[in-house]
Amino acid sequence: MTPVEASTRRRWGDLIFGGSAAAAGWTVIVSVVLIAIFLLAQALPAIGQDHANFLTSTAWAPNDKPARFGILQMLWTTVVSSVIAVLIAVPFSVAIALFLTHYSPRWLSGTAATLIDLLAAVPSIIFGVWGFMVLAPKLVPVQNGISDVFGWIPLFARDDAVSGGTTIFTIGIVLAIMILPIITALTREVFSQAPRSHQEAALALGATKWEMIRTAVLPFGRPGIISATMLGLGRALGETIAVMFILSSLPDGAPWSSSIFGGGTTFAAKIASDVAEFTPGVGTGAYIAAGLVLFVLTFVVNAGARIVIERRKAFSE
Amino acid sequence: MSMERTAAADPGVPTKYSGERSGEETSRGGGGLGGIGHGKSGARALKNNIATVLIWGAFLVALIPLVWIMWSVLSKGLHPILNITWWQKDQSGVGAPGFDHNVRGARHAIVGTLLVALWTSVIAIPIAIMTAIYLVEYGNTRVARAVSFMVDILSGVPSIVAAIFVYTAWVTVFHWKLIPLCSSLALVLLMVPVVTRSTEEMLKLVPNELREASYALGVPKWKTIVRVVLPTSMSGIITGSLLGFARVAGETAPLLLLASYTPYLNENSFSGIMAALPTMINVNFANMTGDQVSADRVWGAACTLILLVLVINLIGRLIARLTKIKS
Repeated sequence: MTPVEASTRRRWGDLIFGGSAAAAGWTVIVSVVLIAIFLLAQALPAIGQDHANFLTSTAWAPNDKPARFGILQMLWTTVVSSVIAVLIAVPFSVAIALFLTHYSPRWLSGTAATLIDLLAAVPSIIFGVWGFMVLAPKLVPVQNGISDVFGWIPLFARDDAVSGGTTIFTIGIVLAIMILPIITALTREVFSQAPRSHQEAALALGATKWEMIRTAVLPFGRPGIISATMLGLGRALGETIAVMFILSSLPDGAPWSSSIFGGGTTFAAKIASDVAEFTPGVGTGAYIAAGLVLFVLTFVVNAGARIVIERRKAFSE
Repeated sequence: MSMERTAAADPGVPTKYSGERSGEETSRGGGGLGGIGHGKSGARALKNNIATVLIWGAFLVALIPLVWIMWSVLSKGLHPILNITWWQKDQSGVGAPGFDHNVRGARHAIVGTLLVALWTSVIAIPIAIMTAIYLVEYGNTRVARAVSFMVDILSGVPSIVAAIFVYTAWVTVFHWKLIPLCSSLALVLLMVPVVTRSTEEMLKLVPNELREASYALGVPKWKTIVRVVLPTSMSGIITGSLLGFARVAGETAPLLLLASYTPYLNENSFSGIMAALPTMINVNFANMTGDQVSADRVWGAACTLILLVLVINLIGRLIARLTKIKS
């Protein structure tokens, strides 16, 4: 084999292999772009034929003639249930991440981390069945208790239209359980990278363990917590099947209350539960438009999470 | 995968160090610290104790849902799946007149779930591994940064949006008939980011000296990657793929949109209708409050699914723990 032959063969090998690696990378870019283009192309004509305001109407009758559909009620339920989930999950996740990195005895830490991660492996349909059959009925007294005390605030008003605890509040709790492992895993990673020298310095100055955490670990981890929170929020916004199984949907034309103890539906659950009504034309377009709004919502939240973490990298390097 | 790595290795270091400290602090908190007055240091010690209790409490509270879910599913779902028929028969004939109204099997759904996840893996794993190789070995270009960003975005795409995308392309644009493979195509979009990220972490752990030694011997880049880099990180790649497999096996939303349910066994992913455990749960869920037979099917399918997913998950974690790269 002459040197020339060897080098051409090498070049071909490298070209083919490097080329397929680049092609795989491009596949990912193209997929995301295609998702956006296809959803837009299908959703925009449908929104054009909508005889209600897409953003401010609560009606959902895309198969009527003329079609009338708006996303306000879905947007409210999606956002409120996800915000409840984040409000519950973040303090727990941060505490658990601190537990795993700074408090847990050594023999426990590996197992404890695996247990929390296993919670992420439970399929969402299991959360749906469990939440509806087991958890929701148990939450009825809790919800009644809260609305007895705080019922004068519209957000906590009692809503007797929904029975069995199948409310936005219950969904918020189930979503909180579902996103807890993700937020915990990400915050744990950041906390474990907190500079040892800062922690030792705090302790050497006579700080208690909690003061050390508050002054040396938490400030370092703040961008990580924010970014993990946003990723968790993204997951909660898009959760489909648990919401569909648990949350009482409102009958067509029913007035919608702003209470978290009422029913409703989210973008994802609405799309999944109305699959049978998909018809060619405007009908399907309306659901695709709802999917597009969900895509944009999760895109913004996830991109935000990424920007927060990139900025931290820029500062720390 | 980063999660596994920290789970196995990282907590050990700070834990040991904080463990040594905590004993010392407790005694100090009581005795007071030289110049600092007793009242103040008492308050500080109290705060410290409250924080410790809260942090332990948060961990213990978080275990409640895990234990509760496992208990609910096992206590209600174990008895249908302990019957050998559950694994041998499908649901054909159930509910027909003259048929004894019982639970019967879930073979069709178990086979369907495995086939959907298998086809997803066949498509997703090569793309994911090549993408990770691109990011680590050929990266640092603007395209690579864009790919990395898109992997993040893809990992945040809700499964229902992935499903609606496949539905739009397949049915609305091309007017094709839905086949079981459509579910796999939607799930590919969910699996690629999971496997890419874990493979990427693993490739980054491969010491650069190995690559340089290979180049110094005159081995071309692609052969270095195939013969040196990939074998070194193989266990991590397998772990990531198993975790991805477990994740897509439990996904439901795309199946609702792209696959209907059938009580019959279908092993062909390219035609007909294929059942899966999640769709079996979905179909029987509506009747489960009033009907014990439906409830048994739901809990049985849930139990099968959760065992399948958790076992694959644990195998993945075990491989990761046993065969760590020593860097």
